[in-house]
Amino acid sequence: MKLVLATAALALAAGAATAQDVIRMGTEGAYPPYNFIDDSGEVAGFERELGDELCARAGLTCEWVTTDWDSIIPNLVSGNYDTIIAGMSITDEREEVIDFTQDYYPPTESAYVAASEEVDVLSGVVSAQTATIQAGHVAESGAALLEFATPEETVAAVRDGEADAVFADYDYLLPLVEASGGELMFVGERVPLGGGVGMGLRESDAALRDQFDAAITSMKEDGTLNALLVEWFGEQVGTY
Amino acid sequence: MSCWEIVADYAFRSLGYGERLLPRSDFTLCQQVVLIGSGMIWNVYFGAVALVAGFALATLVALGKAARSPWLRKPSEWFVFVFRGSPLFIQFFFAYFFFLSLKQSVPALDPLTSAPVGAALVLFLNTAGYSAEIFHGALRSVPRGEVEAAEAYGLTGWPRFRRIVWPTMLRLAWPAYTNEAIFLFHATTLVFLSGFPAAGQKGDALYYASYFADQTFNPFVPYPILALYFIALTLVIVAIFGAVNRSLNRHLPAARRPARPRFLPQIVR
Amino acid sequence: MFAYCSDPQVLDGLAWLSCYLTTGKHMAIYWAVGTVLLLLAITGPAALLFGFGGAVAARSPVAPLSWLGRGYIAIVRGVPDIAFFLFFVIALDQGLEYLRHLALCPDWDQPVRQGSDFLVCPQAKLPLSSAPQWQHEVYGFALAVLTFAIVFGAFAANVLHGAMRAVPRAQIETAEAYGMTPRQTFRRIVVPQMWIYALPGLGNLWMVLVKATPLLFLLGVEDIVYWARELGGTKTPQFTDYPHGDWRMWYFLALLVFYLGLTRVSEIGLERLMIRLSRGQATLGGAAQGGVR
Repeated sequence: MKLVLATAALALAAGAATAQDVIRMGTEGAYPPYNFIDDSGEVAGFERELGDELCARAGLTCEWVTTDWDSIIPNLVSGNYDTIIAGMSITDEREEVIDFTQDYYPPTESAYVAASEEVDVLSGVVSAQTATIQAGHVAESGAALLEFATPEETVAAVRDGEADAVFADYDYLLPLVEASGGELMFVGERVPLGGGVGMGLRESDAALRDQFDAAITSMKEDGTLNALLVEWFGEQVGTY
Repeated sequence: MSCWEIVADYAFRSLGYGERLLPRSDFTLCQQVVLIGSGMIWNVYFGAVALVAGFALATLVALGKAARSPWLRKPSEWFVFVFRGSPLFIQFFFAYFFFLSLKQSVPALDPLTSAPVGAALVLFLNTAGYSAEIFHGALRSVPRGEVEAAEAYGLTGWPRFRRIVWPTMLRLAWPAYTNEAIFLFHATTLVFLSGFPAAGQKGDALYYASYFADQTFNPFVPYPILALYFIALTLVIVAIFGAVNRSLNRHLPAARRPARPRFLPQIVR
Repeated sequence: MFAYCSDPQVLDGLAWLSCYLTTGKHMAIYWAVGTVLLLLAITGPAALLFGFGGAVAARSPVAPLSWLGRGYIAIVRGVPDIAFFLFFVIALDQGLEYLRHLALCPDWDQPVRQGSDFLVCPQAKLPLSSAPQWQHEVYGFALAVLTFAIVFGAFAANVLHGAMRAVPRAQIETAEAYGMTPRQTFRRIVVPQMWIYALPGLGNLWMVLVKATPLLFLLGVEDIVYWARELGGTKTPQFTDYPHGDWRMWYFLALLVFYLGLTRVSEIGLERLMIRLSRGQATLGGAAQGGVR
């Protein structure tokens, strides 16, 4: 009897969203360390571990799908997957179209990387990925914006001398700077952009959002989220 | 803000005139129509430059392919094979890499990595490859009788080519060449999608359409606007090429004028 | 893949390369080559079918049908394929789900559009959200095939429409003299005879289709270009056992060779087919074949 009750309680807690028993997690797979495809061809990274843990805590069966960044929101709202967990910053514009959970990564900072110390990031040529909040920021800063389709090309542009600096997410740039052996370096001030990173869900999926929200809260409370952040982003990362 | 003010601010935004920043919020239909239309300037520019320059090169390459000397024939054949045999997408990628290394050794070639010069050059070579194949096919089907008649009149060499062979070749090739022109203009949308960077948010129609699709998270407004612009552009191209076609065929009796492409469409990329 | 690959850091030269090229991630790109070839193999006939339908509609004596055919050819040909791909797949997906929604859930009372959300009843989802991942992938692939077939069908319709008109008048008149109805004439004379006139155009269309496959990634199919970009990009030691610099150049070079090879094979195949079809046919020879090799 007790067992039956427990199962029923679990089903109730899981709520309406579990009418569909598999939750499809949409990610990009090209944004290390948040998410990337590992050598064996599987989705890996901070968000993979985080997402699997959240699903386990919420009692959901989850499946990972990768999709192109440009169409990641249109595909969510038309129901091709149920969540976006792809290093997506919470912004007002996005809030108008989709819902976010609370942030699982503190407000992010973006940074400039150049090939020499003397670069003036406010007047030089700065590369950024097309249609990102970083591109919008550079356009407003007065620097000459050079937009590339992929983050890879924005960094390559600095190496080739096409751009004086690249403006992108700090955590994306850090491993590249470390691996470049002094060729690339951070310049200028870091800029806080966006309101932290959260999971995106359809506005009509409030029950599912509450489930993930609760799971994130529990991970924040018992310190597992902080441990995960340090594991993937290093000691200097902001924690909760 | 009224629509006229938007036109004043953004009609030439793709060239760098008007408002410095793109709209960031409260997107209106007018903004989308005006900015995407502004981007069309670049599509028309790329298409027109490549088409005009490519026409000349295509004629030369077609003659090269028909030449007896292997020194002329082989390079022409390879040129056509490479540019017709590989996706434009990949051609853009390699061209950009190549231009980068080229300008490292020759600083004067600096503009090559900017889209207005570099991408136009790639499109020029690409359309030359496709058109050369069309012209070559037409050249092979110039009726023997016309050439023999020209010889009987004492026309040989260059005058024979210019006054007999070339006009007939164009006449035969025109329907297929019209198709090539349409597809060249369509292919200009690839410029900023892959390979070449957009400087200062100055891009083509597809660049602005995807900007709005990204900002509004709704692909169902900007892309159909883009499609309508291109349908209009295609109609204009068909009208211009049709006028040229009529003038090329003006000597023929009305009933013999080909109403339909003799040559089945040479479609692209 | 191989036993000695367990610690790639100590390997070098060919051993390293053999391990590198057989990682699970590289298997994905080899798989993608198969996907592209499969897509071409299915889309070719499918586009021909759309094209045949479009051409028959365009020459129909029934005015609305003729307008439909002509409209399909003119509109789809007028729009760049890229622009079409960028919104059409999502529209197609939503359209199909909406139709299923109307059929399967007649008493669903909530609106399908809620703000920006597109919500159909769970039974109408395509594929069902409980379906395994491979079904989602097959569905995505099928949508891509359908989109390609619709776009290239418009071009094929144009070619076939021209080819049907190119069938010599005398043959059709002869058929009429034998007392065949228009329908019989079409089935027994026009359709069998038109292929020889259509083949150069269709061959060209095939070449174009081959070269449009790098746009597959716009349709949400992870194709060879997607993987070439992904594998070729700079890899830092933190996230892989096989760190390397920007190797996109080499991957794209492989793609270039792949496409040139595919073009060459197609050219040879089409040439053979042309000789086959020309057997016993009184064609214009040079004039009809002029446009292509």
